[in-house]
Parts: sequence; C-alpha cells; structure tokens
Amino acid sequence: MKLLNQSLKYLSVSILFILSLWAVIFYFNMLREIKESVDEGLENYKRQIIYNAKTDSTILTKKKFDEGLFTIFEISKSQAELTKDRYTDTLLYMQDADDEQPELEPVRMLTTAFKSNGQYYELSIINSMVEEGDLIEELLWEALWLYLILVLSIIVINNFVLQRLWKPFYNFLGQLKSYRLGTGKNLPDVKTQIREFRDLQSAVNALLQHTLETYELQNQFIGNASHELQTPLAIAINKLELLIERGELENTQAESIAEVMNIISRLVRLNKSLLLLTKIENRQFLNNQSVSLNETVRQTLSDLEEIAEFNDVRISLEETSNVTVEMDGTLASMVISNLVGNAIFHNIPDGTVKISISENTVRICNTGKGEPLDYIKIFTRFYKSESKQSGTGLGLAIVKAICGLYGFTVSYHFGDNFHCFELRFGEH
Amino acid sequence: MKVLIVEDEPELLKTLVDSLTKENFVIETAGDFNSASEKLAVYEYDCILLDIMLPGGSGLRLLEELKQTGRSGNVIIISAKDSLDDKLRGLELGADDYLTKPFHIAELNARVKAVLRRNKLEGKNTIEISNIILDLKERLFLVDDCNIPLNRKEFDILNYFLFNKNRLVSKNALAEHVWGDHIDQSDNFDFIYYQIKNLRKKLQSSRANIEIEAIYGIGYKLIEK
Repeated sequence: MKLLNQSLKYLSVSILFILSLWAVIFYFNMLREIKESVDEGLENYKRQIIYNAKTDSTILTKKKFDEGLFTIFEISKSQAELTKDRYTDTLLYMQDADDEQPELEPVRMLTTAFKSNGQYYELSIINSMVEEGDLIEELLWEALWLYLILVLSIIVINNFVLQRLWKPFYNFLGQLKSYRLGTGKNLPDVKTQIREFRDLQSAVNALLQHTLETYELQNQFIGNASHELQTPLAIAINKLELLIERGELENTQAESIAEVMNIISRLVRLNKSLLLLTKIENRQFLNNQSVSLNETVRQTLSDLEEIAEFNDVRISLEETSNVTVEMDGTLASMVISNLVGNAIFHNIPDGTVKISISENTVRICNTGKGEPLDYIKIFTRFYKSESKQSGTGLGLAIVKAICGLYGFTVSYHFGDNFHCFELRFGEH
Repeated sequence: MKVLIVEDEPELLKTLVDSLTKENFVIETAGDFNSASEKLAVYEYDCILLDIMLPGGSGLRLLEELKQTGRSGNVIIISAKDSLDDKLRGLELGADDYLTKPFHIAELNARVKAVLRRNKLEGKNTIEISNIILDLKERLFLVDDCNIPLNRKEFDILNYFLFNKNRLVSKNALAEHVWGDHIDQSDNFDFIYYQIKNLRKKLQSSRANIEIEAIYGIGYKLIEK
C-alpha cells in the first residue's frame, strides 16, 4: 500500500472517531444552551404576565394554553407556599406551521405561583422546544458532511502536498532502482531541503560507495591475479615446447609432457576467460562499430567447419533477415562462436545444429542430451553440465556478460529434443 | 638478423633467447627500461620484442623514442596485459604487432618472421624453400612453378609451418593460430589430424620437397626432404 493511501486510512479512521465524539458533546452542549435560553425567555414572560395580571384581571381566568401559551389557576396559600419555580420538559398536543394535525410536541414548561390582589395563583408557561430527534438527525447529517468534506480535503491535500513533499524521495528511489554496480554511472543524487531525505540519501550513498569499492577491488583482484598468472604460464608453456623440440625424449616421457601441456593450456584458457569477464564488467570494450551478425555467423561457421565435420555434426543456416548491431566486433564473434561451439561440442554423433537469423533474433538450436539443462544455472560461472568436459565453464557466462553489456537478452529453452539459445537485440 | 628482446622476467627471457637462437638470429637482451634505452640509442635491430611493464619505465615510452627516430616499425609488443588501450597506443606509435602473454613459441616465431619479411623484402612477399614458393600476398602455393590450389585453412597451416621450419608446432598453437582462440570448449584437437592429412596428400602428389612430420603426438614439424 502506498504511503499516501496508508496515511489516508489512518487519518480517516481517527477523524471519524474524533468527529463522532465531537458530535455527541456538541449535541449535549447545544441542548443545554437551548434550554437555558428558553428558560430565560420563560422567566421574562412570567414577570410580564404577573405584571399584566395586576392591571388586567381577565388574564387570571385563562385556563387553557390556546393562545397566550400560559394557564393560571387559583390555588390556596399553603399550596402556593409549597410551589417553587419549576422547569419541566413535557409533551403537549400542538399544531405547528408544518403540521396538518395537532400532534405531540416537546415543550418546556415553567410552573410557578404568585399572589395578586391577595389571591394566590399557579402559573404555567410553555414554550415549544426543539425536537431532540430532529436535532440529532440534523446533527448527524452535518457531522457526516463535515466528515466527507474533511476526508475529501485530506485526499486532495495529500495528493498535492504530500506528493510534492515526497517528490525527492520518489526521484531518489527511481534513480536507485536503475542503478547498477559497475555501470560507471554517478551515484543517485536528488536536491532537497528535507533533512530526513538528505540523511537517507547520504546513508544509501555511503553504502553504495562502499559496495562499489568492494566490487571494484574484487574486479581488480581478479584482473591482477589473472595478469600475474600470464607470465608464469608463458614460461611454463614455452619451456615445455623447447624441451620437446630438443627431441631427446622417450615416447612415454613426451606423452606425459603433452598431458602437462594440455593442462597448462586449460589454465591459459581459464585465465583468459576470467580476464575477459573482468574486462567486460569494467567496460573496457569501447571499439563499437556496426556489426552484421549474418556475416559474423557465416565467419564463425567457416572457422568451425572442420570441427563440426570431425564431430559428425551437420549445421544448417537459415537467414530471413539482416541483423546489424552496434557493438565491439571481437565480442560479437565471441558470442556467436561460444554458442555455436557449444552447439557442436555438446552434440551427439550424427547430430544437427540449426541456426536461424530473423528480425532482431539469432537462434541456435542443437541436438544433444535428451533432457533440458538447468536454465538458471547454465549462465553462471563455472557451470558444467558434464564433468568430463574440459571447457572452462565460462563460455555462457561470457555470452551473458556481453549481452548484459549491450542490453541484449539471451535465453535458453528446450523443446522437440533441441536445446535452443536465443539472442534478442531489441529495436535498433 | 639482429633481434633485441626487452623483457624483465629472466626465465621468460631465457626461453625466448633459446628459441630465437635456433633461428640463427643474433640476440641481444635488456632486462629493464634503462639498459633497453641505452641499447636502442646505440644499435640498430631488425626486430625488437618489447615488454610494456618494465622496471624503470613503460615500454611505450621506449616505443615513443623509437618513433621519433623513425625506427618503431619492427617492434613486436609482448605484454601480459591484453589491453585495448595499450594495443591501440602501441600500434599508433608504429609497433608492428601486439602479442599477449602467454603465447606459443611457434606463434612468436611466426610473428617475428612476418615482421622481418615485411621490413626487408620491399613489396615482394614470398617464402621460397627448395622447389616450393608460397606467395603470401596473392595467397598462392607453387610447386615447381605449378599452382597447387589450397583452401584458406590449408594455406594458413602451410604458412605457419613454413615460418616455423624445422621447429615444433604444437596442435594447440596451430589450432589457436588457424581457428582463432575462441575455441575454448575443447582441448581435443584431433580434428587437426585430418587437416594435416589432407595437406600431406597435396604435398606428396605435387612432389613438393617438404614434408610434415608428427612429433610424439604433440604436434608437427615441417622439414626439407
């Protein structure tokens, strides 16, 4: 869930709670205020009636609430002495402007006693009250509207303000997502005044910097180690070659030396492949040019012709399109010859290799073992499907690294007893 | 022919001297920048093998000095660093070739011979031994002035053998030279046997006075009959 929505969720729930609480308190306060105000009116009215009663004795005979909204009854002195000002809520049949028939309406009634011309009277004055049901309903609606408006405003404010506030964060995140080690890009950088974001940025960048240094050190180490191995390997090979050339060996001795030479050759190939991988990862190939893969494939096939023949493998080439890519020529032929070489070497006697070049795609399929390879592991370094193979186990890792360097994709699938490697070059 | 080898690793230097002495070259050596610089200032060489990383300075600086006097054309850089930058810089400074360590002796031999030929025989680039002529420019093979057609690889193999006459050419060296060093999948170079067999047939049927001998199953040697 996005931060924006999450904060909205929390805010709307807490606002709902606060608003309900507020509505209840507001309702009771309101009701009290209304009663106080009505009571005050009744009190004033009472004085006026008593005052009027001194001059106008007809008032004293009013027995019903018909018009003046008050009644007066004669009472005894003892009763009058017991009567104090009393406010009550009661119901009376009344006809409001909005009623067709008289109905029970809530009223506020003041009951009091007074003395006029030596006679005691009981006076009841009424004033219509708000209907509590109406009030609650009204208040509920108001609160609901307020709530909706609040939530809507929060959504708008969130979207506008928060998105503006979090913009540096999302910007930074976007840069971080596209950041890759060893691509030589600058560290993510976002200009912002917000301290938390600046802290985050410096913390992440410190981490990245450290990782980058480790990564470079590792690459450097592999590179240096491989370089340092070159000269001793050269000496070993050359000394053995000179030894054999001298020709003073017995056959069995020569055989042993041949075996040692083969092992050194393997070491040399391994070393070269590691150096190459390091170079690819350090992006030391800048000799990019327009390369026709059709030509590269044909060149590779002519290079490997005798080897295919020797291994009893037939190769067919189908070209339906011209594929031209911007890349280093050496790397292009390395990708193709590694894949085609694999297809020949990991084949069966009397097997076939089918190469097809169509739009933006080169596909190399070969017969081989009747079961699929582990399509995740095959591109990792030092993976070998059969232990008897004397390859370096780096061929496909190199293919993958070169494809990664130029943004191409290489994929493997198995079907109809064919192992297929597909290179896709995207739109150029 | 006078060859200078500039290489700081004594063991490698020794093997290079051993190998090139067999070709009857006069060999001089230098183990560091200064001694190389002195020798280059005083003497003329037909071919210079130059390591880049040297005690006392970079081989590329020596190359610069050579270029100033117009003598950088017969330099073969031998470096442990297969660096495109160094390569481009070296070739820009007029070096003839760039060879990455480790290399086969046969390969170095072939490169040295190629440099010597390019710089000595103006325009004419043929190898003539006994009754055969290999025209490197036109890619023709003549036995007793009669053209024997060879395919691309047969020609390259023969060329390599002729540059390494009387020397061991291992199968590995031959495979890397002719088939490129992308072939890292297999150390089974048996397919070379068939190629050599075909070439031998052509040499025999055309009565060429050279032959290719097998050596211990490790490689081959081309000799004059």
